[in-house]
Amino acid sequence: MSEKNWFSRLTRGLKKSTSALTGNISSLFTKRKLDDEALEELEELLIAADLGVTTSARICANIARTRFNKDVGEREIREALADEIEAILTPVAKPLIPDPAHKPHVVLVVGVNGTGKTTTIGKLARHFTAEGLKVMMAAGDTFRAAAIEQLQIWGKRTASPVIAGKPGADAAGLAYGALQQAKEQNMDLLLIDTAGRLQNKSHLMAELEKISRVLKKIDPEAPHSVLLVLDATTGQNALSQVEVFQQVCQVTGLVMTKLDGTARGGVLVALADKFALPVHAIGVGEGAEDLRPFDARQFAEALCGLSEEDANK
Amino acid sequence: MFESLSNRLGEVFERLRKRGALNESDVDEALREVRIALLEADVSLPVVKKFIKGVREKAVGQEVLRSVTPGQMVIKIVHDHLVETLGAESVALNLSAVPPVAVMMVGLQGSGKTTSTAKIAKWLQTKERKKVLMASLDVQRPAAQEQLKVLGEQAGVATLPIVPGQMPVEIAKRAMQAARLQGMDVVLLDTAGRLHVDEALMAEIAAVKKVAEPQEILLVADALTGQDAVNVASRFHERVTLTGIMLTRIDGDGRGGAALSMRAVTGCPIKMLGTGEGLDDIEPFHPDRIASRILGMGDVVSLVEKAAETMEKEEADRLAAKVAKGRFDLEDLRDQLRQMQKMGGLEGMMGLLPGAQKVKKQMAAANIDPKLLSRQEAIINSMTPRERRNPKLINASRKRRIASGSGTSIPEVNRVLKQWKQMSVMMKKVKKLGKKGMMRAGLEGILPRM
Ligand SMILES: Nc1nc2c(ncn2[C@@H]2O[C@H](COP(=O)(O)OP(=O)(O)O)[C@@H](O)[C@H]2O)c(=O)[nH]1
Ligand SMILES: Nc1nc2c(ncn2[C@@H]2O[C@H](COP(=O)(O)OP(=O)(O)O)[C@@H](O)[C@H]2O)c(=O)[nH]1
Ligand SMILES: [Mg+2]
Ligand SMILES: [Mg+2]
Repeated sequence: MSEKNWFSRLTRGLKKSTSALTGNISSLFTKRKLDDEALEELEELLIAADLGVTTSARICANIARTRFNKDVGEREIREALADEIEAILTPVAKPLIPDPAHKPHVVLVVGVNGTGKTTTIGKLARHFTAEGLKVMMAAGDTFRAAAIEQLQIWGKRTASPVIAGKPGADAAGLAYGALQQAKEQNMDLLLIDTAGRLQNKSHLMAELEKISRVLKKIDPEAPHSVLLVLDATTGQNALSQVEVFQQVCQVTGLVMTKLDGTARGGVLVALADKFALPVHAIGVGEGAEDLRPFDARQFAEALCGLSEEDANK
Repeated sequence: MFESLSNRLGEVFERLRKRGALNESDVDEALREVRIALLEADVSLPVVKKFIKGVREKAVGQEVLRSVTPGQMVIKIVHDHLVETLGAESVALNLSAVPPVAVMMVGLQGSGKTTSTAKIAKWLQTKERKKVLMASLDVQRPAAQEQLKVLGEQAGVATLPIVPGQMPVEIAKRAMQAARLQGMDVVLLDTAGRLHVDEALMAEIAAVKKVAEPQEILLVADALTGQDAVNVASRFHERVTLTGIMLTRIDGDGRGGAALSMRAVTGCPIKMLGTGEGLDDIEPFHPDRIASRILGMGDVVSLVEKAAETMEKEEADRLAAKVAKGRFDLEDLRDQLRQMQKMGGLEGMMGLLPGAQKVKKQMAAANIDPKLLSRQEAIINSMTPRERRNPKLINASRKRRIASGSGTSIPEVNRVLKQWKQMSVMMKKVKKLGKKGMMRAGLEGILPRM
């Protein structure tokens, strides 16, 4: 993986993703009256970036409030959009900061199948070991074939110990054992991987509840963080994912992966609007270094094609 | 979570109580709601626009059947158009080539390629008695090759031994060679997940395609995908020419609009559905099931069924009236043909009416042309009113005239006449059955034997 600074990496990804959006804005607004028709087109552009119907309508209504029937230019419209989106995202842009009072700070990583949970754990391990923390990982996905081996490879890559059991073993029991060992070995951070599960499968969701429950037997406050990993290519179903996972296992923050593709991740705006859960980081590749802090302004600018202009200068 | 389409439309149709043909403004108002429903179901915007245009053309001027609300009528038209766009029939994997036939699985990271590879392999091996070899070409994701190996053990399907450090094109060559030596029928090539904008990795699958010459290239895509579905599908299609789509995570509660998007932009059939994490969780594609989901789950299906029921009942009432009248001529037959065409033609109607599955199969077996209805109507149109009212008049020379007038053939004219005769006979049957009995007998009882 190339070692560019994170911003250019993000904008490179988002640039690909937004060129359609921004291209459309350009053709829309080379000075034009912001009438109903123009607003409808603008709304469609936001919908096409996965912001969803409701959030898109709200943003457009805000933009129309001060500019309706006025002549507007392309740059102005982009700035206005970015401002609106930034305002929604700023309150949720919060990094994950392990509390040193917890030994270890326990992070449970959850989400639907294939979103990037295991990879994100690997990236977090890289990030926090680089900060000097002692990190342990627990291979709580005992279901998917070779999921344990996958995490073990991440353990080697990041020089972090991995607690693993046998395929098919009880995930809660494994998590319990891992927390015991992490305490014994005086770890700062314990990252617990889990099997992917669709939020509409209540028996699988109950398993997550059980993991939280047994962890509390050792540390009543554990897990201290519950990260829900979302895939940027996911559409409006992300709303249902957040809603149900939050109910079942008290999600404390989100990570959005795969923003290096053309998916725009606009659903994050809708999520911030509706749930106000912190967004800790974003994934922009498959490598250990491809994790970035979530920055509201930059995300908004990239989404609206403003940073693209800067990058082209 | 999502408002269903029927809820959305409810309000609109409160105001549309009047009867007659659907006019432009009724349709437009309804379609605004349909558009939002589709967007909320994650159908990609350009696809939504095209779809709405198609529905509009069909719906404007459409006669609203008595005892069906305009809302039901529009939903039915939308539903039918959706099924049509999704591909009315499921298309099987095409494995007819000199063995070993290669099948390549491609897609984004985490879409379900490896799991789907094992599912298809198990399906082919157990249901179709094929000798199958699986090979993982994934040198990107940690333990990906190991994953396929474990799945192979679980499914009882052979996997190509792992050679650490070997690159995808070499693995593909080795897989084809091994399959040839071992007399395999099918080789499933699982590939690494890749972004459609990753030039190097897209070039890699193009290179694999060259050496393995796969008969099928399936895009494995997540049913939960959002607006990006059009980009993904079209870029993969441009690059390697897909032959089909396998849609995974259909067991989730997503509305699955990606199915419509991907089908629409590539024109490729959706061939298989992944319905769970287990290796037996695979099903052939059913457009109906996806269509009703996209429109807002089960209640649309029941609405469509209700509409169909009322239509059937109307038909039954009309027929009963004919019976009471004691006559049934070719003009009545023509009315019926027209009615049937309005209801989506033979195919559309067969798909809707209860108890029609058997008839539908018979139709498929008999190779019945869906254009049949309009040709039959043309034949009747070419008759004189006298002939229509008294079909017994139609002799050989009249038949010749009718055939040439309608651009058909004498055997076809004969078939219409035969159908009329059967219908007349059926009228008597109906009279005997009574109205209730006919409802129970359903379409099978009404339609002449094919
Ligand atoms: N392009 C890209 N791929 C990712 C990213 N995060 C994870 N992946 C890939 O997505 C796939 C699934 O990831 P994994 O961590 O196994 O998902 P899990 O099933 O949720 O644990 C793997 O192929 C990863 O390499 C990301 O940020 N960008
Ligand atoms: N619920 C559900 N999960 C699936 C389905 N297909 C695959 N998965 C899961 O999705 C995750 C990623 O699948 P995998 O085959 O590794 O994806 P790949 O990275 O594309 O090869 C795994 O946890 C699978 O068990 C499906 O149809 N339904
Ligand atoms: Mg995992
Ligand atoms: Mg795979």
